[in-house]
Amino acid sequence: MNPLLASLPSSPGFLDVLKSLGLVLLVAHVMLGLGAILVWAERRVSALIQDRLGPNRCGPAGLLQSIADLGKFIFKEDVVPHHVLKWMYILAPTISLVPAMVTIAVIPFAPGVQIADLNVGILYVLSISSLGVYGITLGSWASNSKYALLGGVRSSAQMISYEVVMGISAVGVLLTTGSLHLGDVVAEQASSGWFLWRQPLAFFLFLTASYAETNRLPFDLPEAESELVAGYHTEYSSMKFALFFLAEYLAMIVASSLVTTLFLGGWSLFGLERLGWLAGVAIFMAKTLFLLFVFIWIRWTLPRFRYDQLMSICWKWFFPLALANVLVTAGAEASGVPALTWVLPVALLGMGVGAAVLAQRRDPGPPPELAPLPAPSSSR
Amino acid sequence: MSADAATKSPPPAPPAPPTVDAGEIRLEVGDDGGERMVLNMGPSHPSTHGVLRIVLEVDGERIVSAVPDVGYLHRGMEKIGETLGYHRFIPYTDRLDYLAPMSNNCAIALAAERICGIEAPPRANALRVVVCELARISSHLLGLGAYSMDVGAMTVFLYTFTERETLYNFFEYLAGARFTTSYTRVGGVARDADDGWLAEVAAFCRGLPAKVDEWENLLTRNRIWMLRNEGVGVIDRATAVSYGMTGPCLRGSGVGSDVRKDFPYFGYEQYDFDVPVGTRGDAYDRYLVRLEEMRQSARIVLQAIEKMPKGPILADAPKFVLPAKTRVLTGMEELIHQFMLITGEMNPPKGEVVSYIENPKGVHGYYVRSEGGAAPWRLKMRAPSFVNLQVLKEILPGRLISDTVAVLGSLDFVMGECDK
Repeated sequence: MNPLLASLPSSPGFLDVLKSLGLVLLVAHVMLGLGAILVWAERRVSALIQDRLGPNRCGPAGLLQSIADLGKFIFKEDVVPHHVLKWMYILAPTISLVPAMVTIAVIPFAPGVQIADLNVGILYVLSISSLGVYGITLGSWASNSKYALLGGVRSSAQMISYEVVMGISAVGVLLTTGSLHLGDVVAEQASSGWFLWRQPLAFFLFLTASYAETNRLPFDLPEAESELVAGYHTEYSSMKFALFFLAEYLAMIVASSLVTTLFLGGWSLFGLERLGWLAGVAIFMAKTLFLLFVFIWIRWTLPRFRYDQLMSICWKWFFPLALANVLVTAGAEASGVPALTWVLPVALLGMGVGAAVLAQRRDPGPPPELAPLPAPSSSR
Repeated sequence: MSADAATKSPPPAPPAPPTVDAGEIRLEVGDDGGERMVLNMGPSHPSTHGVLRIVLEVDGERIVSAVPDVGYLHRGMEKIGETLGYHRFIPYTDRLDYLAPMSNNCAIALAAERICGIEAPPRANALRVVVCELARISSHLLGLGAYSMDVGAMTVFLYTFTERETLYNFFEYLAGARFTTSYTRVGGVARDADDGWLAEVAAFCRGLPAKVDEWENLLTRNRIWMLRNEGVGVIDRATAVSYGMTGPCLRGSGVGSDVRKDFPYFGYEQYDFDVPVGTRGDAYDRYLVRLEEMRQSARIVLQAIEKMPKGPILADAPKFVLPAKTRVLTGMEELIHQFMLITGEMNPPKGEVVSYIENPKGVHGYYVRSEGGAAPWRLKMRAPSFVNLQVLKEILPGRLISDTVAVLGSLDFVMGECDK
């Protein structure tokens, strides 16, 4: 027998395979369904924020709106413009959908309820989610259109930059847990407190970076509709567009469940998870749904950054802060004073408040000298 | 000798710079090793508000040159006016600055009155002030909403539209139409406002400053909004004046020129209001100026309603002013006058007149030349959006593509008026 194979745990039984398959099917369907509901929720919540009603005609409270939309997408003519690179154009929406779907595999929904119990969980998540950029880049390149190209270029730069921040801010969690195993991360939080309190800066950075990763406002530059028409999916229509659309919402679900797992204690909530795995799943879902609501809330409140501002914030602020957080966390772990991780956020907050107070106190001084008006031309 | 001359060929002409043919606009793309591309923004683009087309030459995200291309909505408004005559041109002016039709109606009515040498009665003037300022609020509301939507804050757009809905209801009650109001007549206004309407408008205007504060809360000190707008699209005073800019765009650049103050019409001199002026001339200043103008407009409306005189709403000049509709079918004189005015028997004195009012977008008005007859011999329209847009090629180069939408939003133009 191959020594490598022999080193593996004993081969799983038939029932285990069946259980895993069942879980895969269940999770895939729950995710797709959640994606559809999320589209509805986005429209209803935005309506709530904007003093409107939102879609309320299809089914109770408009819940079937997404199904109606899907019907529309399916029956729409599937236009493939003549100027596109055809195989890449058709492949791109799928490429952007798949990473979003498979990332969820390692998320522990409840103790023991997990599709794949990988011991390199966080690495797997980071590596797979970084594949998502390929769908967007290839789609925009294949579209052979200037607006799509600009969207694609923005997107690759943005996602690659923020992935770095995302990965490094997750290191703080890893250092404290001492394991890449997502199950261990949750267990650690269940026993001694959420990482939201123990890694506040990492939480903030990770959350912000996940907004950038999913191309949501205030970082939705790749598809900024007022600048680039629709960005990378300008040339897409019908189901191909729907796939891009769905991929964005699935990416949101994945990002929310990841933040829940890493920082909000996953399935744990004051010991309620001991009631059984169903309670764990419910707690997990509740936290994820709340984060999704925050996603929507932020989108309908804030304006959009400019491309260069986005990059400078990432590399001049978030990246150094993430590195500093790793350093401080390492120090806290070595010295055994976990409260040290609060030094950075408190210092930053203090600096912010101080700057604001100073700005309030400062005498604005006389208004700037205005240039003189041009003399009226004498040739008249 | 001739053979010698033939061999001595003239030095080869320098190679012509490669040009990119973007429709009728030819851009010379400099020798850049193929780094630049021409991006056609519009005429159908989400943030060009109508049918403005800007041909951008971009180096990556940075704009190298920008050429605005207007005229996609040209309908020959001036010629229509010269054909139809003073009375029948009024409905067409609804379609100029279609965000403030009331204001356009007032502009043409004032020009026609000046050429006819008549004056609208005080009550008509006060009503015109009310509807002009309401139109200004309505236009600035849409300007603010569309601007913030382009910069990404879509919610403000919906908030401002809620208020515009109220304003459109006011217009509907007063003029019979929400959008195409055609409210003014030569010598006055079409319908009188009842006291209930005036009270409702006053209540709206009293509540407006608080709502403006609410939108300010969402935007003014918002870090992202400031990052996007401060120092973007800076127009200094000299440039603004030399391009002939008017309205909030000019005042944002620090020139406190306002026709309502400088050359009062409709009795604006009776009202107490301030003209806000910016200091830096960037998009952020223009945004602040518009917000303050909304508050000032509400102030003017309240004063106008308080001082609203009683009396007729049409001037007593039967040779120029259409008679009241109710009298046309019962009174002989009125029937004759109506018939004559409509069929083209109107004889304003010969001469020429320049008449301007302060529209929400800037100074809007007419040069009218009359050779007698029912229609002007020449009707020249000054469209503020057209003038204000010309500055684009000055302020866009060197900025990023994203700045284009902030600049366009802050210039707050409307193509119906720009293209005439």
